[in-house]
Amino acid sequence: MIKIVDLNKYFGDLHVLKNINLEVKEGEKLVIIGPSGSGKSTLIRCINHLEEPTAGEVYIADTLVTKKNKLEMAKKYSSMVFQQFNLYPNMTVLENLTLAPIKLQHMSKEAAKEQAMIYLKRVGLENKADQYPQNLSGGQQQRVAIARALCTKQPIILFDEPTSALDPEMVQEVLDVMIELSKENITMICVTHEMGFARQVADRVIFMDDGQIVEEGTPEHFFDNPENDRTKLFFSKILR
Amino acid sequence: MVEGLFNPDRWEKAFESMDTFGEGMLMTLKVMIVGLIVALVLGVIFGVLSTTKIKALQVISRIYVEFFQNTPLVVQVFFYYNGLPIILKTLLGASRPVRLSKLLLGVCGVGLYHGAYIAEVIRTGLEAVPKGQYEAAHSQGFTSLQAMRYIVLPQTLKIIMPPLANQALNLVKNTSVLALVAGGDLMYHADNYVSNSGHLQGYIICCVLYFIICFPLATLARKLEENAKKTPQPKKKKKMEVA
Repeated sequence: MIKIVDLNKYFGDLHVLKNINLEVKEGEKLVIIGPSGSGKSTLIRCINHLEEPTAGEVYIADTLVTKKNKLEMAKKYSSMVFQQFNLYPNMTVLENLTLAPIKLQHMSKEAAKEQAMIYLKRVGLENKADQYPQNLSGGQQQRVAIARALCTKQPIILFDEPTSALDPEMVQEVLDVMIELSKENITMICVTHEMGFARQVADRVIFMDDGQIVEEGTPEHFFDNPENDRTKLFFSKILR
Repeated sequence: MVEGLFNPDRWEKAFESMDTFGEGMLMTLKVMIVGLIVALVLGVIFGVLSTTKIKALQVISRIYVEFFQNTPLVVQVFFYYNGLPIILKTLLGASRPVRLSKLLLGVCGVGLYHGAYIAEVIRTGLEAVPKGQYEAAHSQGFTSLQAMRYIVLPQTLKIIMPPLANQALNLVKNTSVLALVAGGDLMYHADNYVSNSGHLQGYIICCVLYFIICFPLATLARKLEENAKKTPQPKKKKKMEVA
């Protein structure tokens, strides 16, 4: 589904991604972990070209993602859930969910609304349809953002630290939605620090440090016997 | 002098000259409307230019804004009155200095001046919308233009409306600078009246007329500001009912 070849990214002189090679199968649930500044967010943002790779290629469904086709590719293949939710504050929850289906996918208003209500129900917020995002809690906003990503029906959803900006008591409600979602044949790539979630959902975990993929394997592998010293150090810190 | 203010005869005389004030008011309104349009157009152009990624355009916009914000309007207007005709004469190869009409002079004056302020209002309004909004739009597949139209501009508009109303208000008051170059505006006619008759009634009527234009604008600015501060409340259920 996704193939990343020799990906490199510089921010000025800073080499944030170093020769990344990665393949993600259709329907796979991939979790990316690693210390902050290790390049995991940049990596996920390179997949839909929110960050332009400095060198290397990203293929989605065998098509090379370029500056030119990136919006088409996003429309067709990937949606994204952000750390800061990035809901549109000038629109109600329902309008947030129906904007892209109506304007980009030319769905009728009625069909888009009907679909939006179905997804809102799935994230448990059907009674918030007419609210503005500012009136919702962080956890609720993120669940709306997930519903928004579902409404456009792309086969890939990219999660960029979806629970990092949330108050602790709201993390689980978002994770629950994501766990529920993982039962479907959606390709999920998730940058997160939530190891419990990774264990429950991930087919594969990759650990990044200093712009490189240091280790990869099943969640069990990481919990039971990580090989790399940096991985061990990282896990000893986050698993208390 | 002060007793004269309460002299009914003087008031009667002043009201008899209402035509003159009306003429001045009309000129002021014309300069205001055309000037505001010019200022808005310039403001949008230069405001948007300063948010582009192209350095040269940013610099051009910066120069315009800084020049007009940091020199007095009076000096600018005197220049259009005394200097520009000579420059235009040379440029156009005319035999005599080319004077701008009063209306054009006024419009140039307040239009260019407030255009610079409005450019700043628009720039800050555009910059106030977080980068994440563009990213969310792009991640859904919206082009920059679509992101602007559906997502960014509605947010910008809400932010910039109060300062824009304030600019309109200041623009009206600043048209009175034209009196200094015989601009034919309200202040000019009022001042003429006072000079000729020695009656201060002229200034009072002038003030009242400016107030009539400005007060609604000030009220509008305040209302818009209150609205912008409010968190929007849930929309009332509309005809759409989803089972």
